Amino acid sequence: MQPLLRASDINKRFGGLQALSNVSFSIAAGQIYGLIGPNGAGKTTLFNVITGMTPADAGTVMLDGRELGQLKPHAIAQAGIARTFQNIRLFANLTALENVMVGRHARTRAGLLQAIMRTSGQRAEEAEIEARAFELLRYVGIEARVNELARNLPYGDQRRLEIARALATEPKLLALDEPAAGMNPTETGELRTLLERIRSDGVTLFLIEHDMRLMMRLCDRVLVLDFGRAIAEGPPREVQQDPAVVAAYLGTPTP
Amino acid sequence: MDTFIQQIINGLTLGAVYAMVALGYTMVYGIIQLINFAHGEVVMIGAMVAFSVIGALLGLDSGLPPALIVLLGAAAAIPVCMAVAYAMERVAYRPLRGAPRLAPLITAIGVSIILQQLGMMIWSRNPLAFPQILENRIFHLGGATVSTVQLAIWLVAVSMMGALTLMIHRTRLGIAMRATSQNPQVAGLMGIDVNRVIAATFIIGAALAAIAGVMVGTYYGIAHYTMGSLLGLKAFCAAVLGGIGNLPGAMLGGLILGVVEALGAGYIGDFTGNWFGSNYQDVFAFIVLILVLVFRPSGLLGERVGDRT
Amino acid sequence: MMKLDLSARLPWIGIVLVALALAVLPFALAGIGTTWVRITNLALLFALLALGLNIVVGFAGLLDLGYIAFYAVGAYVYALLASPQFGLHLPFWAIIPLGALVACIFGVLLGAPTLKLRGDYLAIVTLGFGEIIRIFLNNLSQPVNITNGPQGISRIDSFRLGDFDFGKSEMLFGLNFSGPIKYYYLLLLVLIVIIVVNMRLQHSRIGRAWEAIREDEVAARAMGIDTTRMKLLAFAMGASFGGIAGGIFSSMQGFISPESFVLVESIMVLAMVVLGGMGNIWGVILGALLLSFVPELLRHTIEPLQRSLFGRSIVEPEVVRMLLFGLALVLMMLYRPAGLLPSAVRRRELARKSVEP
Repeated sequence: MQPLLRASDINKRFGGLQALSNVSFSIAAGQIYGLIGPNGAGKTTLFNVITGMTPADAGTVMLDGRELGQLKPHAIAQAGIARTFQNIRLFANLTALENVMVGRHARTRAGLLQAIMRTSGQRAEEAEIEARAFELLRYVGIEARVNELARNLPYGDQRRLEIARALATEPKLLALDEPAAGMNPTETGELRTLLERIRSDGVTLFLIEHDMRLMMRLCDRVLVLDFGRAIAEGPPREVQQDPAVVAAYLGTPTP
Repeated sequence: MDTFIQQIINGLTLGAVYAMVALGYTMVYGIIQLINFAHGEVVMIGAMVAFSVIGALLGLDSGLPPALIVLLGAAAAIPVCMAVAYAMERVAYRPLRGAPRLAPLITAIGVSIILQQLGMMIWSRNPLAFPQILENRIFHLGGATVSTVQLAIWLVAVSMMGALTLMIHRTRLGIAMRATSQNPQVAGLMGIDVNRVIAATFIIGAALAAIAGVMVGTYYGIAHYTMGSLLGLKAFCAAVLGGIGNLPGAMLGGLILGVVEALGAGYIGDFTGNWFGSNYQDVFAFIVLILVLVFRPSGLLGERVGDRT
Repeated sequence: MMKLDLSARLPWIGIVLVALALAVLPFALAGIGTTWVRITNLALLFALLALGLNIVVGFAGLLDLGYIAFYAVGAYVYALLASPQFGLHLPFWAIIPLGALVACIFGVLLGAPTLKLRGDYLAIVTLGFGEIIRIFLNNLSQPVNITNGPQGISRIDSFRLGDFDFGKSEMLFGLNFSGPIKYYYLLLLVLIVIIVVNMRLQHSRIGRAWEAIREDEVAARAMGIDTTRMKLLAFAMGASFGGIAGGIFSSMQGFISPESFVLVESIMVLAMVVLGGMGNIWGVILGALLLSFVPELLRHTIEPLQRSLFGRSIVEPEVVRMLLFGLALVLMMLYRPAGLLPSAVRRRELARKSVEP
């Protein structure tokens, strides 16, 4: 069966630093796919390449059989990859609801003229956008914050809001950059439930995370990066035993 | 041919001034990514202070040699401009560190207007005749001419840029400035007082601007409270042409822009069948700016690509 | 079940009262002097301009420092096609949209290469564009006289609909409707239209995309927003509004020259937007009215005051006006970046704070 996402031979160099060398992997639809590795291994760079924020020097990314090539980030979002950011990037001075409404942009149509004339189609669409956004806030469990400014939300709720906003784009693949960072064990547990629910609702997940316990429980497969190279790939239990992975995490030079 | 050489000579003179001013823009931009719109006004203040001091010394009938009087004028202008630049950094820009990008740009515009109005209140609304006391000998190069003032401008500009380059590469402050422009957070972690480095950058840029002000005043023999805005804009264009944030780029960009302007003004009539004349001189800088932004946003020597927010 | 609840009716009563006040205002002003009607008209025109710029600066967060150039384009398009300059006298309903279109085209030509780059390049390019337009207006009198150079264009047609001429006084319903009074009502109408357009845009998919770009361009892109296109749309939209306002200015004044379109005017419109609170429609209107009227009030107070105190004018009103703009920009950014009126967003935040201590 064709994988949902296939990345082949991704290379990226920043000046003298080879951030990614020949990274290849594929994610099957319906999986929760993990990306782990020590700090500076190139995880976020790989995310940025997949989402078009950083153009790769070489390599191809295919989503659902479609080559993403040199598409701009917005086109990749429209193609079906949504993401969150390691250091949360919400629209700080918009409300929680408005943040999610922005996420509907790619899936709605009304243009300038319809907005100015306030056509019936535009009004119906606006109502749909608002209803859907509210539904998503409820889905991630922060519907009580609907009219609060994003920057005033507690940290954990900001993470959830970012996920709701990304889901609003109706992604096939949801890429989450350290969603559990800074969360306490209770919050992490709730996050796990949420992520599993998102998967069971048909969205494939690709996530970077440092919380190994969470990753081991959650992921179907993981990819391990070290110094920009993929050193292991497979189900978490197997990867955990891999000598190269152990060496990378414990600091022994890789053979 | 003679006209051609003459235009090049004039262009290089004006270009040297642009380069001096462009350095101030590019240094500040390199460190805090701010277009300091008020930088042109610092040039104006430099010219005006020098004008006052030179005028006063002439009035005293001191019998000092003219070159010394001009030097004293510049010597007075430099600290005043430094103080003005320090004050505006402190009052209008520093509090906005970390604010949305639009905020410091808007205060920069405000500061520019305030300085211009203060300049007008102090030195009058009318154009002032800048005392032309340097003996202006003319040398002939074939059919073209070079004046001592032009030679002096080149000499001063070259030595100032040389000194700046040395400072940036050889002194602790210079190294701190380069480190801060690379990455302010890391520079801060390394024990560099980032705020002091930024203030120093403004001050150094202001010193160059003051000298540039004296140069323009002496060259054109005129000073006016609005003289800074257009000059500043063009110098900014020069900085972008050379690659914003890049010091050699600012120098090169200034010289090229000066020459383009001079040749453009000299030949536009011939090329357009006299449809357009030298009164369009001020348009060239902006045309160059737009062309650079379309075809090479990183500028001639710049490496940064402009596509980051 | 209809109950006469006064508190529910209160907003409507307020609106009716404001409408009545606005309707009788020009006649009250005309009582003081027609100058004040003209000053009010200019204030309304600047409110139009400021609302146009608000789309660019306030909604999309793009700093446009050459906004007055689009106003100039609109003004000159109107002046050239409805004055003795070329002997053309086209009707206003044909030229005003044309002026908006030409301004829009200039906006697109200028924005397309620039908007891909960092935001601050736009500031400098628009500043340069403003200068270029002014230089051309000043010099395009040779060798073929197009703009009539620094002398400007005079005897520009006023708006005319059939026999109804906005430039002439006439008696209607027993009241003397002078030219400026007619223009007052026209401007008020256009202003209401533009307010509605602004409000509708703000609460639309497009408006939210603009605000998202203003807040975080990278995140906006990740949400599938084509930021370059959206920014261009805001920029072109602002330019068109500028063009429309320019055409009205041209016809209302009957005379234009490059002097009306200098950098200071761009800065003034920006100061109006900043003073009122970027993105806040009512704040921007307040900013426009304040910065239009206060200098006029100063002109009528400071000048005579100084003359009576010192026998001469020490600080010219013009200087005070400029210092006011400069200080408004600096102080607002430092101490009240949200503007004089808290914006809708801020209001929501304040409301929340009062609920949960």
